[in-house]
Amino acid sequence: MNKNQDYISDIAAIRMMMERSSKFLSLSGWAGVMAGLYALVGAYLAHQLVGFVPPKTLLTVVDPTETGFLFSVAIAIAVLLFSILTAAYLSQRRAERKGESIRNSSSKQMLRYMSTPLVAGGLLTIILLLQGLAAFAAPLTLLFYGLSLFNASQFTFNELRYLGILLITLGLASVLLPHLGLLFWAIGFGLLHIVYGVYIHMKYQR
Amino acid sequence: MLGNGFHKAFENRTRLGIMSVLSVNEKLDFNALKAYLKATDGNLASHLKALEKEDFIRFEKQFVERKPNTAYYITQAGKDAFAAHINALEQLIQSQRGV
Repeated sequence: MNKNQDYISDIAAIRMMMERSSKFLSLSGWAGVMAGLYALVGAYLAHQLVGFVPPKTLLTVVDPTETGFLFSVAIAIAVLLFSILTAAYLSQRRAERKGESIRNSSSKQMLRYMSTPLVAGGLLTIILLLQGLAAFAAPLTLLFYGLSLFNASQFTFNELRYLGILLITLGLASVLLPHLGLLFWAIGFGLLHIVYGVYIHMKYQR
Repeated sequence: MLGNGFHKAFENRTRLGIMSVLSVNEKLDFNALKAYLKATDGNLASHLKALEKEDFIRFEKQFVERKPNTAYYITQAGKDAFAAHINALEQLIQSQRGV
């Protein structure tokens, strides 16, 4: 019987080593919640303070030097930066508590796979914004961010894949309804992040 | 040798760990292995050598940012032997459960 216990713990050790070395599981659920809150605050500020209203059609050209437009872009960039910093900080803390490092081969793989679609999409969005095509911002950021999460999900929690698919769907839907871009953006980056973060926290990190 | 797919090269937690980690990663360097397995330099090196001798793993020297770096990877023979070992473990557990 004792011998059998050994075999069972061998199998358990093998499974744990495989998972720990191929998946980055320190990604904090709270980071998702915080990113969602930043996005909601950002969307609110853009809408209420700056009075940002997405153009009626995709091909409406706005003046890229207009203040409301510039403020909205600045808010979006601030949301992105705060989200990244929060995710890095909270994940670092989780990893430290488990005696691990956030700089391991699976986190590097995850970042590599995540950043490629993200940078491509970010550059495309900037290029179109500079030409005043503001209505593309929400669909493209949702779509490319969804693709990058889908990609990254192989190296972390599987659930990230579903968040990716939902964001891709929202991105495509918002192409059809460009005047609701800000709403779609708030749902995707705000609400879905919060739901995902709470789910991961409850399921894995309590 | 114990027969039925068991291999005595795997009768050690560190070696089991090395095989597990290398079977789900294309290549890993010494420091990455050390971090995952929480082993000391000397201990890890001797187990790596033992697995190399069986030709279950191999290494290649490469340069990463101009620093020499040894990357380990699993061979086909290593994959097969490890899969057989896991199979044998599972069968043994199954058979004892049945009794």
